[in-house]
Amino acid sequence: MGGWLYRRRRFIPYLLLVPGLVWLIVFFAYPLTQVFLASFWSGSVQQGYSFSISNWTNYPDAITPVLPHIGRSLLYSFAATVLTLLIAYPLAYTIAMRGGRFKNLLLFLVVAPFFTSFLLRTLSWKIILGDDGVVFGPLKGLGLLPEDFRVLATPMAVVAGLTYNFLPFMTLPIYVALEKIDFRLVEAARDLYAGPWRRSGAIVGALVGGVLAALLAMAFDWSIPITAVLAASFGAFVGSVFVSEAFVRITFPLSLPGVFAGSLLTFIPAMGDYVNAEFLGNPDTRMLGNVIQNRFLTQNNFPEASALSFTLMAGILVVVVIYTKLLGTEQLTNSRI
Amino acid sequence: MTAEAAPMNRPRVGLLTSIKRLADRYLLMTYTSLAVIYLLLPVAVIILFSFNDPIGRRNFVWQRFSLDAWLNPLGVPGLGESVWLSLVIAFVSTLFATMIGTLMALALVRYEFRGKSLTNSLIFLPMATPEIVMGASLLTLFVSIGNPPFFPLNIVTILIAHILFNISYVVVTVRARLVGFPRHLEEAAMDLGANEWVTFWRVTFPLILPGIVAAALLAFSLSIDDFVITNFSAGQTQTFPMFIYAQARVGVPVQVYVIGSIIFLVAVISVGLTTLAGRRQSSG
Repeated sequence: MGGWLYRRRRFIPYLLLVPGLVWLIVFFAYPLTQVFLASFWSGSVQQGYSFSISNWTNYPDAITPVLPHIGRSLLYSFAATVLTLLIAYPLAYTIAMRGGRFKNLLLFLVVAPFFTSFLLRTLSWKIILGDDGVVFGPLKGLGLLPEDFRVLATPMAVVAGLTYNFLPFMTLPIYVALEKIDFRLVEAARDLYAGPWRRSGAIVGALVGGVLAALLAMAFDWSIPITAVLAASFGAFVGSVFVSEAFVRITFPLSLPGVFAGSLLTFIPAMGDYVNAEFLGNPDTRMLGNVIQNRFLTQNNFPEASALSFTLMAGILVVVVIYTKLLGTEQLTNSRI
Repeated sequence: MTAEAAPMNRPRVGLLTSIKRLADRYLLMTYTSLAVIYLLLPVAVIILFSFNDPIGRRNFVWQRFSLDAWLNPLGVPGLGESVWLSLVIAFVSTLFATMIGTLMALALVRYEFRGKSLTNSLIFLPMATPEIVMGASLLTLFVSIGNPPFFPLNIVTILIAHILFNISYVVVTVRARLVGFPRHLEEAAMDLGANEWVTFWRVTFPLILPGIVAAALLAFSLSIDDFVITNFSAGQTQTFPMFIYAQARVGVPVQVYVIGSIIFLVAVISVGLTTLAGRRQSSG
């Protein structure tokens, strides 16, 4: 065996790769081309399908009626990405820089939700956010919230679900990037009189908080001035306390690859998700994923469903290709547990 | 982040500075605890509501404590079968994906060959593809193979899908372990007369085994919890997540929360034990 292998060394890598390559080509690459072909089909499941270029009209036919869904998918996914980033960055920072001997335990707790069912976790937000549930029931009882206040079955619930479900995908890459930073750089910056930057921190924090809150408020129909002022003052506090020159010039730039990787790992699955919108939303919060799932599995409208899937895939491929050309695939793959 | 800025020998301590110091000391840790509670809250709710005694089938409002579901965890028609099916699929797909993926990782780390970067992209792309697109493309493949009525969707198509999405994760996990592998140990074995086959099984394999086990655990947990891709490749076959999804329309039975809690506890305990074993190995 060894001698035979030795004489044919050149072929060894290909031998090792054959099973995996066959699997990935037959069941991944080839089916993707099939989706593209199927988007030019006409016919039905019963009568069979035929391919024709003239069926390009499948694309406008499929896309035009679901433009609102595509818009919602983009909006919700963007909101969820921004929110996960805001929640995940301080979390990853604390674990990486202040974790000490609790570092591994904290990382374990971040991924622990994955140990039980994704569907059950999403359903349990239905319990938590229920109109008279553990959170809002007592608040309404005390008269702090109006009786008809609800989160469940609103866009907010969908975004909350997306934010929750993809939070670990954002936290881990940022943690990995922060962990790699050579802390001596920060010390050197301080030795070279990097200042506390309290006032600029407050201003930047207030601006970031205010603008983001205003955008969210516009998306969800909240009162824009109230939300923006609250968020701006919170941002100012956080900024004045935590922003320093060393952070702005050293730590944050070095953690950017993790931020980009995490944003991609959150935005992509959010764009294709249909579970959160179905469990936590209402008929007016359906996203592109819901449409694709419905066309494929309920209506069996394969041509239009394929046109929509291919559109989604093409959009995401553009983003991924730009990303990998700029930053490579390392950050994306290494930080996935 | 404040420690970077707070000069410790400031002569006059202003109010803002004291707030800053307090915040630096406690705020980040408080925040982290809150974030961890937020992450684990739904899990706690699942465990809590596995002890609920709901009125009717809608297990959304707490009624009263009951052990009924725990004493009869499979007492819902179809639940036991779906859990069993999920375990079988997770086991078989993990086995195949781990073997296939480990071989690929070995080829990628150990050899230089034509088409390497193409292979790398082919491994990376499935991880960057939304699950719904991967599921949909498999479904299109299965539809286009058979004459109508199309290719039967059953456990075979589920296994094909699960092995597919697991391969990339196995390659990435094992490859991380192989990079920085002490090659001189293999050279020593060869110098001592072992051929490549013996060297692999006696030296290389035991050393990369922890990476393979980690990859297998990851593959198993991804497979047992997969919903979206299974939704597209299962047809009428019900895995555990498919069962939950089907029940979600009419109200998920309490027993499902019991199974969810059991899966969580088993996973946490096995990860805990693996970590402890690893720690003992590395310290002893």
